[in-house]
Parts: sequence; structure tokens; C-alpha cells
Amino acid sequence: MSNEAVAAHAHHEDYLAHKGFRSWALTLDHKRIGVMYLFTTLFFFLTGGVLALLLRLKLLTPGPALFTDHTYNVLFTMHGVMMIFLFIIPAIPSSLGNFFIPLLIGARDVAFPRLNLLSYYVFLAGIVVTIGSLVSPMDTGWTFYTPYSARTGAAITTLTLGLFLVGMSSVLTGLNFIVTIHTLRAPGMSWYRMPLFIWAMYATSVIQVLSTPVIAITLLLLAAERLFGVGFFDPAKGGDPLLFQHFFWFYSHPVVYVMILPAMGIISEVIPVFARKPIFGYRAIAYSALAIAFIGFLVWGHHMFVSGMSTTAGVIFSFLTFFVAVPTGVKIFNWIATLYRGSIALDSPMLWALAFIFLFIIGGLTGLFLGALAVDVHVHDTYFLVAHFHYTMMGGTVMGLFAGLHYWYPKISGKMLNERLAKIAWCLIVPGFNITFFPMFILGVQGMPRRWAEYPEKYQGLNTLATVGSWILAAGIIIMFVNFWRSLHRGATAPANPWQGNTLEWQISSPPPEENFEVIPTIHEWPYNYGTDRRAHDGEHHRQA
Amino acid sequence: MAAYKTYIFVWVSLLVLTVVTVLVSYVNLGLWNAGAALTIASVKAGLVAYYFMHLRHETKLVVAFAIFPLLVLALILFGTLIDVYTR
Amino acid sequence: MASTTDKHNEAPSGAHKEAPVSARLGIWTFLATELLLFGGLFTAYAQFRGMYPELFHLQHLKLSRPLGALNTVVLLTSSLTMAVAIGAVRRARQKTMNLCLMLTLALAGVFLVIKYIEWSHDFAEGIFPKTNIFWGLYFVMTGLHGLHVVGGMAVLAALIVLARKDRINAEHSAPVEVFGLYWHFVDLIWIYLFPLLYLIG
Repeated sequence: MSNEAVAAHAHHEDYLAHKGFRSWALTLDHKRIGVMYLFTTLFFFLTGGVLALLLRLKLLTPGPALFTDHTYNVLFTMHGVMMIFLFIIPAIPSSLGNFFIPLLIGARDVAFPRLNLLSYYVFLAGIVVTIGSLVSPMDTGWTFYTPYSARTGAAITTLTLGLFLVGMSSVLTGLNFIVTIHTLRAPGMSWYRMPLFIWAMYATSVIQVLSTPVIAITLLLLAAERLFGVGFFDPAKGGDPLLFQHFFWFYSHPVVYVMILPAMGIISEVIPVFARKPIFGYRAIAYSALAIAFIGFLVWGHHMFVSGMSTTAGVIFSFLTFFVAVPTGVKIFNWIATLYRGSIALDSPMLWALAFIFLFIIGGLTGLFLGALAVDVHVHDTYFLVAHFHYTMMGGTVMGLFAGLHYWYPKISGKMLNERLAKIAWCLIVPGFNITFFPMFILGVQGMPRRWAEYPEKYQGLNTLATVGSWILAAGIIIMFVNFWRSLHRGATAPANPWQGNTLEWQISSPPPEENFEVIPTIHEWPYNYGTDRRAHDGEHHRQA
Repeated sequence: MAAYKTYIFVWVSLLVLTVVTVLVSYVNLGLWNAGAALTIASVKAGLVAYYFMHLRHETKLVVAFAIFPLLVLALILFGTLIDVYTR
Repeated sequence: MASTTDKHNEAPSGAHKEAPVSARLGIWTFLATELLLFGGLFTAYAQFRGMYPELFHLQHLKLSRPLGALNTVVLLTSSLTMAVAIGAVRRARQKTMNLCLMLTLALAGVFLVIKYIEWSHDFAEGIFPKTNIFWGLYFVMTGLHGLHVVGGMAVLAALIVLARKDRINAEHSAPVEVFGLYWHFVDLIWIYLFPLLYLIG
């Protein structure tokens, strides 16, 4: 192993040893908090997924069926709100981030453990309020644009409070991670010896901390509009609905990188381990994470090309948007260069990583179509957009999450997953996903608008295909979760380092001991020396040479 | 009290600047009123940040943490205003 | 599991040292979020002032500049007492610190009383947040700022109790130092709100 502290043989209790409700509810252990986040967010992934299946089922045929149009609006709003705010934004940072940031940098916990627990409970409170707001059915879509959201009878004010709390939790987590990464790295772990997952999480946290307050103030203003009749967003009162959209997207665009960057971090960890090669272009990948985070703050206007924003601003935002593709492309090229001539092992984490690269390339490239002002005018608010963001969010983030879950499952649970079931699930999910969402690109170009509960008959063929795809996708996901559940009880006991990884979490037992490291390790090199002469590829030495 | 001399000096400066900005506001300078008021406010803010918030003794890292958010604030201001003023 | 919290953040032993760097980075990051929170309001202000200059000019004249200026002085003074409190705790002058913390709390109270007088005067005149966009901004901006003052007072009160019990002293001063940064930040926001709303409208 690459680092001196190998605490695997210590007789300390692992972090799961204590049982009982209190030991979880009052825990300050970042690992347990991470596990609690994982269960919570995955619950909403499944719930949101069921809603998606219902929506697809309704769209199987063009005419009225199953439920009313209003119910359709309500269901897709719930699908959006749950998937975006309760699943995909917190999923990787709060669960895997919480669990693995301290492990990967050689720390015993995050910088502020109590704040960490507090942010989990703020998250829970936010969930309760958000779900509570759904009592009066929400029909605004997850973007709750004004002026409709300022007037609808739905409990928008309650929803804003719920999302405010969820956002606050996200800010506290991000703050914690930033300080943790700055102050608690093990001795010798310079910035260029950090695992790339840490770089990704750092960039993610910066976005969370700096963008979330803007949505918070937007929600407060919306609440003020509904409660006190202030007219910030209401043109009838001299307000400007576009201001809402500026604020909303100033948050929500950078936040798509909160969703994707951690997934990219996971992919950067998985690829070198299973290609048995040092990661190619370490610094380029690390800096591109920061570049994505920064450029992400410059491009929000591309969501507003057709909503009445000035043409000048449209041109500027369109131009800036293309720049995001550069660091993203840098990452993709570096991963592929890492794969080149590697001795690739197609274990399940690697399969998910490959699925990520494949699907995310499609999602990313179609994003360029949408970022181009002229093309966007044509395809905005069509199924092209729906396909694009599902390719980035589900094809990207969720595949990255799956890669992370399969990669780290042995470390988190102390059990090995059933590899055969994992591969069967992969063989259903990846094609199922493409059958569901690829037709939507075509539907979009043909002109089918998003959010329609009913549609002209000419679109039926591809819609039916998409719905059938969603069933294949669902079958795969069920098998995957059965595997997760089954392996908890029946899985083989996991060794400390099943994948022969070099990062620090693999140098301690599975599941990790409560205090992580008996002795805080000292770091002498970067963690990506796979299958080669080590010194030649140490990040630092490489530079100096 | 000698130990707190700097703080008191800063405080007196802040009060003087407050008086100045109020007096200036009664003079009609046209567009320059806003500029003068914001300039004075920024000087005051700088004094508070530099002395009261100890930025003069802080490490570079903490100073960076204090400055970077201002850049992001500038982004949202300019991005939104570019749209509003070219509509 | 006993002392996970303090594992990394042990209070500096012996003579006074600054708050640990983690605490300073943490509070500055928190202030960054606060800045962006108010940043949205400043953006809205900039946009609407550009759109309706006459409205802003006419409406802002209804605000009392003397009261606004007085409140500025009150808040600036509370910043001074807060700064002195921190200077005192660093020099292990417990009494000075206690006195300054209480002065800060009192000044914060005065600030809110003046704000209350202003608001109730507005309401009596029939001016409400929904009156027009200027007043919407005025009430939301000063209201959110006022909430920050209220929150600050709650923490201050807690600090005073802790200081009485000698839980805050030269060796363990991080809570006061961190709170001080928050309090100065609240002052900073007001330094901008005052001219924007009262002086240039």
C-alpha cells in the first residue's frame, strides 16, 4: 500500500457497531450522517422514479387516459421537486461526500461535526415542510416561475419555506466541506496530492455556498409577494417577472454543476483504479473542476433566451455558455486517455463509469445545441430539452452515483455486492435509459412541447417506445436495489481493499473504524500510481522533472 | 484605553464620513449624488472590514475568502443589469 | 465518540491566540452566503431604481434622514463596542469585555427601537410594503437586516451568559471573535442600506 498508516488490523470497533435509534439520531460521525443522507435521498429517488413511471404511463397513448391533465401537472411538479431538490442536489455531496471526504484526505471527521448533524436535521425539516406543501397540489413545475407561482392557489409559500430549509442545509454542508478540505488534510497531502474526488467536492461546495443564498432570497421575495402583496415580480405592480428568472437561474444553473461535478469526481476515482493506470492529466482535471464551477456562474442567461431577455444579453450568455464545454471536454479527453492502453477490468463500478462517459457525452453535446441562441429559439421547451437534461442528470449524475455506490458499497457496508446481479441491472438500465430518452430528442426536433399531458397522434410511436423503455429502466433499477438490500445480509464479507485502490479509504478496514484512522497517515505521493513506476508519475515529481 | 486607540480612531472616522454623506445628500449633484454616497459607503465598509474585522492581520487565505464573494456578487449584478439596460 | 467535536479545534492552550483558522474560514464562508443573500436585494434595487428613477426619488424623500443617520451612528457605535470587546478578551480583560458586550446588546436594542418608530410612522401614514416597489424594497431590505440584528442579539445574550460563567476568556475566545465578524457584517450591510434607501433613493 502506498501510505504508511495501515490501520486495517486494528481492533477498534467499526462505525456500524453501535446499534439503536439514539446512536444514529445523535451521531456526530460523518460516516453515519452520510449513510442517513444516502437513505433519505435514495428514498426520494425511488419515489420520484415511481412518479416518472406514472407520467410515462399516461403518455403511452395520445388521448385522455388514467388521470386528468391537472393531476398530470401536479405529478410532474412533484417529480421535478423531489428529484431536483430532495435527491439529485444533495445525493452525492451529502451522502458520499460526507462519508468519503474525511476518509480520502486522512481526517477523523469533518471540521464541524455538530454543524454536520444540524444540517441533516435542517434537511429533514425542509423535506417535511416541502412534502407538507404538497397537500394542496402543486402545479407550477419545479421552476415555479412568477407570475403564475405568485397567484396560484397551491401552497407555494410553504414550499418556498421547505426549499429554503433544504437550501440552508446544502449551504451548511458546503461550508463544512470547504473548511474541512482546507484545514484537515493529512500531513503531506498537498493540494496536488488530493484525490480528484476532493477537488470536485471542493468546487461543488463553492457553488453551493455562493449560489444557494440567491435562491433563498428569491424564495423570500416570492413569499413576500404572496403574503404582503409586494410587486417585485408582478408586472401589474411594476415588477419584473424576468428578475425572478435571473435569480432563479443564477442559482439553478450553477447548481447543475453541483449535481454533475461530484459525479465527475467519482468517475475520476473509478477510472484509474479499473484501468490500472495513473490518471491522465491530473492537474487539467483538477483545474477543470474549478473552471466549470466558475464559468457556471456566468451562463445562467441561456435559460432565458426566449423569455423576453434582451437580445444583447442573449448573445453574451450564449457566447459564454460555449466555454463550459471546454473544461468538460478536458475531463472527458483525460478519462479516455487514462483508459487508453489500460488493463481494463470490467467490474460493475467501471461499467457504470463507462456508461457515464457515453451518456454524458450525448447529454453534454446536445447542451451545446441548446446553448446556441439560434438553435435554442427553435427547440426550447420541447422534448429535446427534456432529453438533454435527463441525459446529463440521469445519464450523468445518476450513473456517477451508481458508479460510486458500486465502488464504495464494500467500504460503506462491509459487504460485497453480487456482481452478477449488478451486471444484469446494468444491462437493463443502460439500454432502458436510452430507449426512454433518446426518442425524446427526435420528438423535440419534430416539435413536441414538454409538459404536455396529451399530444397529437403523430407523436405516438416514439412516445410508446419511450414508455416501454421506462419499464426496462425500472426493472433494472429494481434489480439494483434488490442487490443493494440483499447484499447487506447475504453479501460476502468485504476485504479492506477489494479493488486494489490507492486512495486512503482503502487502507483502513471495511467498514471503517469509528475514528477512521488509528494514526493519521502521512502522505508522500499522489494516489494514482497504478501499474507503473511510482516516482515517475507522482504529480509533484512529474512537475519538477 | 490606549490599546483601543485604533478602534476609536476608526469609529470617529466612520462618524465623520456619516455626517459627510448626509450633508452631501442635501446638495443636488444630479447623477453624482449616487456616486458620492456609494463611494463614501465603500470607504466606510472598507474601514470596518480592514480594522474591525481584522482583515489587516489575516492570512491571505482568509482575505481571499472575504474578497471572492464580492466578485460573484458583481457577476449577478452585471449579468442582470446587462439584460435590463439593453432590453 | 466522546469528544469528536473538539478533536480538531482544541482551544489554544496558554496565552491568547486567534480563533482557530477553521472557525475563521467557517464564519467568512458563512458571511459570503449572507453577502449573496443581500446581493439579490441589491440587484433588485439596482434594476428597479434604473427602471423608475422618479418614483424612487419622490418616495425616498418620505424617509427621515435624521433618524436614518442616527441609526447609522448607533450601529457604528455598536461595532466599536464589539471590536473593543474582542480586543479586551484578547488581553484577558474580562470586565471590559462583559461591559462592551452588554453595550453592544443595548445599542442593538436602540437600533431596533428607532426602526420600530420609523416603521410605525410609515404604517400610520398608510405606507405598506405593497404601496409600490420602492417601499417593497425598503421594507424587505430593512426587515431582513432587522432580522439579522434580532438574531445577533439572541447570540449576544447567549455570549453574555457564557462570559458570566467564565466559559469565554482569553484561552477560549473563538465564540466572541466569530460573532464579532458577524456583527460587523450586519453593520456593513447597513452602511450600504442607509445611503441607498435614505440618501439617494
